[in-house]
Amino acid sequence: MQRDLGKRPWTFYVLAAFFALFVLFLYGPMSAIFVLSFQGPTGGLTFPMNGVSLRWFSALFNQERTGDFAGGFTRSILLALLVLALTVAISVMAGLAFRRRFFGSTAVFYLAVASLIMPGLLVGLGVGLVYQTVGVAPTWFGSALGAQLTWTLPFGLLIMFAVLSRFDRAFEEAGRDLGASHWQIFWMVVVPILFPGMIAVALFGFTLSYDEFPRTLLTVGAENTLPLEIWGMTTNVTSPALYALGTVTTLVSFTVIALALGSIAIIQSRRSRRPISARTPATDVS
Amino acid sequence: MIPGERHPTARGRIELTGVTKRFGETIAVKNISLTIPAGSYCCLLGPSGCGKTTILRMIAGHESPTDGAVLIDGENVVGLPPVRRGTAMMFQSYALFPHLSCVDNVAFNLKVRGVPKAERHQRAREMLARVRMETFADRLPAQLSGGQQQRIALARALITDPRVLLLDEPLSALDEFLRLQMRGELRRIQAEVGITFIHVTHTQMEAIALADLLVVMDQGQIEQAASAREVYDQPRTGYVARFMGGQNVLSGTVVRRGTNTLTIESGAKEVTLTAPNAPPGEGASFEAAVRRDHIRLSRAASNGGQPGMNAVIGRVAAIEYQGTWLKITLEEACSEEFVVNVPDNIFFADPLSVGEPVLARWDAGEIHFLAAGAKASTGSSALGHTEMATAGGR
Repeated sequence: MQRDLGKRPWTFYVLAAFFALFVLFLYGPMSAIFVLSFQGPTGGLTFPMNGVSLRWFSALFNQERTGDFAGGFTRSILLALLVLALTVAISVMAGLAFRRRFFGSTAVFYLAVASLIMPGLLVGLGVGLVYQTVGVAPTWFGSALGAQLTWTLPFGLLIMFAVLSRFDRAFEEAGRDLGASHWQIFWMVVVPILFPGMIAVALFGFTLSYDEFPRTLLTVGAENTLPLEIWGMTTNVTSPALYALGTVTTLVSFTVIALALGSIAIIQSRRSRRPISARTPATDVS
Repeated sequence: MIPGERHPTARGRIELTGVTKRFGETIAVKNISLTIPAGSYCCLLGPSGCGKTTILRMIAGHESPTDGAVLIDGENVVGLPPVRRGTAMMFQSYALFPHLSCVDNVAFNLKVRGVPKAERHQRAREMLARVRMETFADRLPAQLSGGQQQRIALARALITDPRVLLLDEPLSALDEFLRLQMRGELRRIQAEVGITFIHVTHTQMEAIALADLLVVMDQGQIEQAASAREVYDQPRTGYVARFMGGQNVLSGTVVRRGTNTLTIESGAKEVTLTAPNAPPGEGASFEAAVRRDHIRLSRAASNGGQPGMNAVIGRVAAIEYQGTWLKITLEEACSEEFVVNVPDNIFFADPLSVGEPVLARWDAGEIHFLAAGAKASTGSSALGHTEMATAGGR
């Protein structure tokens, strides 16, 4: 049956319209917040815009009016970096370990992944209770760090499983064959080859931590991370500074994601450049 | 010429004594004994899962034998890391490090030994020149073709100055043209460096073309270890004869014994052969081989008739043109497929057609009697074959 390739079926337009609605739903609110964060000095929380200014961005750094934005931001970044480092290190080591079947490996795996389906608030509550019982004051770099790792490690482990399923053991054997020690094989062969996958794990670790809320809420202690700070502000800040805050944090997230994906793309393209086909190497037919 | 003589100082004599390897319940290698002379090109040939790669990996030090010893130049190397053994391996996938340029891949062994950068790069470039890849030094492996990657892998293995190079199906990833070319290249380099090459393959013609010593394996055991010519021309067992190809296997039960003759029942047919010195008794099962290219074909009477001594009668089932010869497959000749390779000039002088009854006959001396089933994996027997292989030379 001959089909007119230029003409699209009616379902195309229905689905396209549905997708457009979805995109609007996804990015509409974010765009509104982005635009409103440039609200003029006399403007309010809603449209219309009353002029354009950067006033609400500068207000962010005025602690009395908007809460401890700078402190929360710093803590969140530091915590996210800590989580990133630990998630990468532990996930890589665990992923390598899980390539062998060891006693109880299945049980350990399910235990690790189970925390993905546990309600975050309860995990946080549990960690908080333990700290209280033991009598240690919860802190963002202690109890909150641990609570966040219960969330990022299963992700990291699952990503490493996917990465390692495509990792040829012959690379390690070749390293051994060429006289490298275990450490040399790890640092000179395994880590460089797994590096793109490790960036993916790092990206997950960072972004999951950066906007983590339920697990952090009851474990953070006296000083808030940024999401908790923002949560606090929504109840007592009634100026477009809130929107300016949303814009700034979203930009940070986008920057991190762009950096991570960009570096993966650069590494991948460096390794998979095809031979220049026009110049067939002469040695092939020597 | 004996390989050992070609390189009087050759190193890399390998002895396996009673080597067994188990993986859990399965036995990959069963009590194998084998001697590979120093400086020889040895091919381990067999179907997948026959244990040939396991043997290679045990010599390389990537597996440990469950039982038995692996000796290189008289020293038991079981438990030693590859570099201490003086072995280097070329992996089937080549396993070139994707993040390193060709020169850094080749220089990897020097780097882990702490050789300064300038020196290791110079030596790596020299090795690249040896495999004619010096112009690709700065490329990454992904930018090379399969044949080029293989040369890099070869250079990377040779820079460790091994006494044994182990090659795991080195040509299987290449297309036909490159395979033939690299085959010659491997042989050239082996002759140049004068070390022992052990090459695992499942391709009969590749093994025959390369090997000083050809080891045919099946189910973890050695079926025959001898020179390529001996294995092809005088297969020890029915398995070797069938696996190598080029032979018709006549198998059946002995029904009559004459003074110098032996009649076996094979399929529904009786075949009478010139008897061996110690013929098996009546009722015994019996196998013999005849080379497909040492058989003459002629038209038979349409009612068949009796074939007579050292001959079978069958019907042409298929004719396949092969260029310089034709592959004529007969049916109803004996219990197994019976093939005759006829030179093209002889065939086309009086072409046969499918369905014609034909008489296939061979000279009494062409029949080759096969050992019954028993494997050649016990020490003395395998060693005996090995010595023959060495004496046979190329």
